[in-house]
Amino acid sequence: MTVPYPAPQPGFWAACSMIAAIVLASTAGEVLTAAAMKSIGDLDEIRAHSGLKGAIRAVLTCPLFFAGVSFLSLAFFALLFALNHMNLSLVAPASASLTLVTNAIAGKIFLKENVDRRRWTSAVLVCIGVYLLAH
Amino acid sequence: MAHARLSPRQYLILGLVSLCAPLGDTCLSRGMTSLPDITLAHPATLIAAVFTPWIAVGIALLIGFFASYLTALSWADLTFVLPATALGNVIVALFARFWLHEAISLERWAGIVLITVGVGFVAHGPSLTERPAAQAAALAEPATLGKEQAQ
Repeated sequence: MTVPYPAPQPGFWAACSMIAAIVLASTAGEVLTAAAMKSIGDLDEIRAHSGLKGAIRAVLTCPLFFAGVSFLSLAFFALLFALNHMNLSLVAPASASLTLVTNAIAGKIFLKENVDRRRWTSAVLVCIGVYLLAH
Repeated sequence: MAHARLSPRQYLILGLVSLCAPLGDTCLSRGMTSLPDITLAHPATLIAAVFTPWIAVGIALLIGFFASYLTALSWADLTFVLPATALGNVIVALFARFWLHEAISLERWAGIVLITVGVGFVAHGPSLTERPAAQAAALAEPATLGKEQAQ
């Protein structure tokens, strides 16, 4: 069995850069993927009519989906790189919650979703949570 | 569909989204911390890491997460589906504390709780944006095309 290496933790700006790379790539990927899934329609209904193969075909023939997956892949490798240098309990919640905030902004701008006061309040709560998490 | 009650199957899909992501992340962390430091000077080592057992299991779980996530995105807003992963932050912390034996300070626990409260707060809002008839028709057109392609 391999013994885990006790990796030294990176500095503040290095940690911020690694998390920012994950968040930006992830946001672009999720917005593009969401746009793709909205353009395809309800997958459960497609599967009911055309079976699992039909649902998979509907997803795989959508160009937006591949654009989204490309950015999500980039986010994945950025996550692997960050996990090699930082603790999971910092990287995973920080990147996931910050992505939620950037997705709320991107959802409003690009997907025209209704991001109301409730959602902005939530974004502020999440930001304070992330500060405490990284403190 | 926007305000209809979710079916048990849809709850199951949201549950898979919440569970598979933290489990996958934990496996990735376990795998990556057991490897020597990876630098940008040797990016090939990052690719080789994908084929180690813990990373491979992590990837399999993340594929399960992604399939559930795509399904959920097809019947709900992005800003509704994402809160489903909020519970995942707590699960990650529990895994990190009790399985990976990482130290989690009181401030980090407070941060995790605050994030979950914030995300739970937004989850009580509407799940799908109400759109004018013209926008709904514009959205329905590519949806119909997708179904025709599927058939």
